Amino acid sequence: MILEGKKKLWNDYQKEIADDNYFYVRSCVRQNLFPGAEHTFLKIMRNELKKDVFEDPKHTTCTGIGYHSDIVPLETIMTVVARQFSLMSENGYSNFVPSCITSFGIYTEILELWEHHPEMEERARENLYKATKREFKAPANLAHASDVIFKFRNEIARKSRFRLIDKSTGKPLKVVEHIGCHYSRMFPHKGLGGAEFPNVLTGLVEAFGGEIVDYPERRACCGFGFRQYLVQANRGYSISCSRKKFESMAPYNPDLIITNCPGCPYFLDRWQYTISEMEGKTYGQNGHGIPVFTFEELAGLMLGYNPWDIGLQMHQVAFEPLLDKIGIEYDAHDKYCDADGNFLGKPEMPEMMKYY
Amino acid sequence: MEDYYKQLESDIRFKEGIRACINCGTCTAICPAASFYDYDPKKIATQVQTGDNSIIEALLKSETIWYCGECMSCKTRCPRGNTPGLIIMALRQLSINTGFFVESEKGRQQLALKRAIGGNILKYGYCLHIDTIDPELHPEAGPIWKWIRKHTEKLFERLGGNYGKDGPGALRKIPEADLDELRQIFDNTGATERFEKIEKYSAAKADKMGYKTSQTSLDPYFMMVFKHNSNTHYKKEV
Repeated sequence: MILEGKKKLWNDYQKEIADDNYFYVRSCVRQNLFPGAEHTFLKIMRNELKKDVFEDPKHTTCTGIGYHSDIVPLETIMTVVARQFSLMSENGYSNFVPSCITSFGIYTEILELWEHHPEMEERARENLYKATKREFKAPANLAHASDVIFKFRNEIARKSRFRLIDKSTGKPLKVVEHIGCHYSRMFPHKGLGGAEFPNVLTGLVEAFGGEIVDYPERRACCGFGFRQYLVQANRGYSISCSRKKFESMAPYNPDLIITNCPGCPYFLDRWQYTISEMEGKTYGQNGHGIPVFTFEELAGLMLGYNPWDIGLQMHQVAFEPLLDKIGIEYDAHDKYCDADGNFLGKPEMPEMMKYY
Repeated sequence: MEDYYKQLESDIRFKEGIRACINCGTCTAICPAASFYDYDPKKIATQVQTGDNSIIEALLKSETIWYCGECMSCKTRCPRGNTPGLIIMALRQLSINTGFFVESEKGRQQLALKRAIGGNILKYGYCLHIDTIDPELHPEAGPIWKWIRKHTEKLFERLGGNYGKDGPGALRKIPEADLDELRQIFDNTGATERFEKIEKYSAAKADKMGYKTSQTSLDPYFMMVFKHNSNTHYKKEV
């Protein structure tokens, strides 16, 4: 009886994720800062899972960062979202997959708004037609790219060459997961595990054999805060939020951090660097930082992709000690080479945090 | 005095954001901004709930409404289903429409956001663009960012990107016809008007404060609002 009750309760924390035929829209932050992550997602979906994922070059930003910086009105973002849906409809797709968590939140919020206020959807239709002569159908299924990876996590894990295990001890690696605010804070029933039991990354990490660290500030924001990072004068807010998380997770000695939202890996990576320069403090082992992955990068790494082809050299915290711990071989020289193997030269070294 | 409350009520986010706040303070307890800034979302909910236009006008001119990071943690936890973050978004919109945003240090920053993010959206079709993330303005991006900027084209090629080129892929060049559609949407739905208001009110304020502003570049007023911090905003240690 109790078990049945639990199962029923847990049903509220699941979501439907389409099986194939996805219309993929990129993230402004991810494609600028972690282009290899998006490429890795498409490679996994198309090459490993043999799924149909379509990207239309005509799609644009959803303007979400502008909306949450309060320069883009609601009417505008609703119409831009309607245009993205129009491209999806035009190409014969109905399963919409954004790469960005802010976008995922925006699409979710607008679809909810239209459901409860059909007159708002009507206005979006009118505005879109007036501006572009376009029409659209709302998606049949909306899932973040990480939801889709979660759906196929066991298949990906079965194909993987590596696991999140310390090769010298055989023990699971300790993993901090960070799902990002706009994944499920606003509409918990649209995220796997809701806001209380974040499962989208946990499920992936556990499929790879890792162990999740449940630390006090697990659900706290990384500190992006839109205007709180984008304007230089406000960045104290941003670094303070990240610092609070680092201080809270550090006693658990995590081996790595995995993130859902495109911005969080940047902040959790770069604020570690900044704190090391400001305070001489590092949060990893032996003067290193804690390496921060995007979910696509981690999946690609476990599948055996070259770390420097998925873009781990775009981060400031060094990954090499972790690669050694797992037993992943890498070419240290190749880290700084272009696609043809030409050496591009090394970046400057941080003063405090170890880097290679 | 104008009926600011009525204007707030016409914003769906305000209507959805507050329904009889019971003043429990859960939003303040969970709020990242409240743990850093001298900020209290519960107090804001109480203030707007009065419907008193003089109180609302003071809020529109205040630093307070610009402290929120729009993480929406308040939405998850409010036992009444309210969202102070949405109330803030409605207040910020009204502050821009009325021009009151230039009366606060944090509000004046809207010019920097309009030019940086708004400029990127209309020029590239992305909220951010690597070519505009200047390492000098982003020291926290670290030495690796300088290296990435130096080798952008080669790195994007290696990582499966399509930097500045036609066709799909990360940071592809979005076709001009599609950027035109985006601009048409901005013109037809109030974004262009909002951008013009931000420039207009900022130019008048810059003039009053003795700064030069040129509307297009990183002018002295832009740099001032982007960098200046009076350090008077923080939560006092208890």
